[in-house]
Amino acid sequence: MYTTEFQKSRDRKVAAIEDPAKLAAFEARVAADEFIEPKDWMPEAYRRTLTRQISQHAHSEIVGMLPEGNWISRAPSLRRKAILLAKVQDEAGHGLYLYSAAETLGTSRDEMIEALHSGKAKYSTIFNYPTLTWADIGAIGWLVDGAAIMNQVPLQRTSYGPYARAMVRVCKEESFHQRQGYEIMMVMAAGTADQKRMAQDALNRWWWPSLMMFGPPDEMSPNTAQSMRWRIKRETNDELRQKFVDITVPQAEALGLTVPDPALSWNEARGHYDFGEIDWEEFHAVVRGEGPVAKERMKARRAAWEEGAWVREAAAAYAEKQAAREAA
Amino acid sequence: MSKDWPLWEVFVRAKGGMAHRHVGSVHAPDAGIALRHARDTYTRRMEGVSLWVVPSAQITASDPAEDAAMFDPAMDKIYRHPTFYDIPDDVKHI
Repeated sequence: MYTTEFQKSRDRKVAAIEDPAKLAAFEARVAADEFIEPKDWMPEAYRRTLTRQISQHAHSEIVGMLPEGNWISRAPSLRRKAILLAKVQDEAGHGLYLYSAAETLGTSRDEMIEALHSGKAKYSTIFNYPTLTWADIGAIGWLVDGAAIMNQVPLQRTSYGPYARAMVRVCKEESFHQRQGYEIMMVMAAGTADQKRMAQDALNRWWWPSLMMFGPPDEMSPNTAQSMRWRIKRETNDELRQKFVDITVPQAEALGLTVPDPALSWNEARGHYDFGEIDWEEFHAVVRGEGPVAKERMKARRAAWEEGAWVREAAAAYAEKQAAREAA
Repeated sequence: MSKDWPLWEVFVRAKGGMAHRHVGSVHAPDAGIALRHARDTYTRRMEGVSLWVVPSAQITASDPAEDAAMFDPAMDKIYRHPTFYDIPDDVKHI
């Protein structure tokens, strides 16, 4: 669904020992908006940054199934249940596209999953917040998937071919996610007083974490310049965040809901909304794994992996037996 | 730590009359499960009418570092292109 680059860059030393001629040719290709493909020469730092970014993105899709999967059995109607099932299945698919793209850089699927389960790898902070009511499923589709689209659309032109192609597929599917969420919010906002209260409460709780999804402000994001130069990133965190606020505020107004930010106001001169200060302390705490349900998420992930082990083993044993029979 | 299943490349024919096109890859222990995984991963929205899966290890690829030697010879054979030949404008249907 979405990625944020968390780790600080330690790549400077490696860049210095790369072959300068190859590096220059690579930089020129990227600057000319050419795509880099798996077997092409690339600087180690590019490979490492991309592996980290794509695998974090994949992990986010996979962990992102948990807060919503939590509501499948409690969806208010068969229609909503079928929609939510399809959405959660899409998230699994997005994770798989992205793991495949990351694998082309030379890291195995197994290593990536191990890194997620051991807590070494990060995923989007947004999924460490709980989904307390059905309105949260609406708010996630509308805001979280909305923020994800904002981030992913420019990544369709990212310099690494397999990542860009995965993003094209993801973006095609993501619009359904956002619209079904907004529709849930429309129904609730136009419903009983209680339902409207639930919709407003969900907006209150998801608004700020959604803005945090774009990552730290540009001046605190040391990797941005390098990633922009390598076309791994095409717009800065703050540019994307501003775009998101500008398109989302009128959507909240159309619902008759209030964005929980007293500082929010249209700035005629800038042609953008001004908005309040984001609580970066909270963001960093969630990145460190102190999110309200971080432990629960990882426990659920590990349990799903361990409890599915017998299926993987059985499938492998069956394949082996079939191969042996054919050979005989 | 378990071992990854083998990797398979997935090709989808979008509709009759079109060629199968590479769309991505899946891990699977055998061809049958590779097909099922390919269906679930790459054709959730009627993207195709036919699927191929091929073990990735069976694909032999050209080396991008050698692409100059591999593909350049065509460049000096421009007489392979129709525009190489000057034909008067009043000669039609050619």
